Amino acid sequence: MKNSVEIFELLKEKFGDSVISLEKDAPTEPIIICAPLEIHKISTFLRDNEELKFDSLMCLSGVDDANGSKTKDADGLETISGGTLSVYYHLHSVELNHKITIKVTTDRENPQVESVENIWKCADWHEREAFDMFGFNFLNHPDLRRILMPYDWEAGYPLRKDYKNPEFYQGMKVPY
Amino acid sequence: MALKTETMVLNMGPQHPSTHGVLRLELEIEGEVIKKVTPHLGYLHRCFEKHAEAMQYNQVVPYTDRLDYLAAMGNNFGYVLATEKLLGIQVPERVEYIRVIMAELQRIASHMVAIGTNGVDIGAFTPFLYLFRDREYVLTIFEETCGARMLYNYMWIGGLSHDIHPDFVRKTKEFVKYFKNTIVEVDNLLSYNKIFIERTANVGVLPADTAINFGASGPVLRGSGVKFDLRRDDPYSIYDRFSFDIPVGLGLQGTVGDSWDRYYVRMREMEQSIRIIEQAIDQIPEGDVQSAIPKRIKPPKGTSYARVENPRGDLGFFIISDGNTNPFRVKVRAPSFVNLEVFGELCKGHLVADVIAILGSIDIVLGEVDR
Repeated sequence: MKNSVEIFELLKEKFGDSVISLEKDAPTEPIIICAPLEIHKISTFLRDNEELKFDSLMCLSGVDDANGSKTKDADGLETISGGTLSVYYHLHSVELNHKITIKVTTDRENPQVESVENIWKCADWHEREAFDMFGFNFLNHPDLRRILMPYDWEAGYPLRKDYKNPEFYQGMKVPY
Repeated sequence: MALKTETMVLNMGPQHPSTHGVLRLELEIEGEVIKKVTPHLGYLHRCFEKHAEAMQYNQVVPYTDRLDYLAAMGNNFGYVLATEKLLGIQVPERVEYIRVIMAELQRIASHMVAIGTNGVDIGAFTPFLYLFRDREYVLTIFEETCGARMLYNYMWIGGLSHDIHPDFVRKTKEFVKYFKNTIVEVDNLLSYNKIFIERTANVGVLPADTAINFGASGPVLRGSGVKFDLRRDDPYSIYDRFSFDIPVGLGLQGTVGDSWDRYYVRMREMEQSIRIIEQAIDQIPEGDVQSAIPKRIKPPKGTSYARVENPRGDLGFFIISDGNTNPFRVKVRAPSFVNLEVFGELCKGHLVADVIAILGSIDIVLGEVDR
């Protein structure tokens, strides 16, 4: 069993600049921040290393950080430009019984993150959901299409903070 | 001379009694044999996560009821745990005990539906009626406590909406005593029934390593022989005070991890829930169940992730607070959603009729899959 500082130091030693920092201010659980385009390598290490053995991905969540510049239109609806989107990975090792949260932050206009689908298979649908709701482009994901919204939904990504309801969907009025 | 063959695509659902809700399965079949299953979800999507961002923390609780509507107590439990972690609230002992008893009663009620409908799908109607009759008992206990039969809004952040009513302890004890006989009855009617075993044993075998890699949890994981239960391995609330066993699939009628094993784990889990209730019911301390409810809920900036062992598996809530009265982001890690992912693997090479038996043994609730 290892605590977050030990895990962070192990990763820092192995991956250098790809592992950016460790946040551990209460009430937040410790979060290790990594580079979005190195996450596949880091995840493989996290799963296969004898001292870590993170064999289960508990949860993968996309988040809109909403930290770009905000402009309001006539109806008071916000549009956000710039800023970042984040993905949180909650990992757990069943065998060694320790947990860690990994966070990657990516550009909001062109959100690219490496897929971890072939490391933890359950990431498949979680990543599809994050794509569906936030528009992440998970590189190397085998089947990245919408999962909860209709396949032909064209009005953007609903869980982004500046999402606006479309007026029509396939000729049907949306706000009922 | 080899005959030219081609596969056929068959749509099962969205309106189909055995999909337990609105789920569409696209089956690619060759004759009767399944080549590939593609589930299409989203028919019940109602934007829980977006709604939660527009609500205050306490207003989200009723929405969590509607995720897994057969186990609403468990959903409340997960959400309030995550929020209390963020706020740093320690709830009174009395609340902890009542929460655990309620969660275990709910587990029994939920497993009753799972077992009953699994039987109905395959053709055993009688056990279903017996179980639904007895489920009324539990639902009546809940109704007398908080006024609702299925969607309770019972666990609040820092406490409970109502104290237990004076008859609660007597009625619960009565139910527990009575229900032990029902378990024996269902075992005789269904578990060891030759037809039921023929339909479920060796069908949809899920090996342990696949189950872990796919993130399966709850009875689906334990049916594959993995002894992992959050109540013991990552204890929350006061579960570490009770002694109970974790039933796992042993392959008694076929292979470890088949549909019968998943079914059987649920049967045995109900017995363990009874054990927990029996230990907890006499120890409920006195106290005020609303004393720790904060007047104004405004957590500091930060994130929290809490998970509970729901009847269907590991239910996680990830909450991000930006220091406001509304959550910045609520993410639900729904056990049914993750368990359904493995379903495609289980069906490969089986017959069309087995799809129903396998889906019943995974026990999904679409309200939770689609959120």
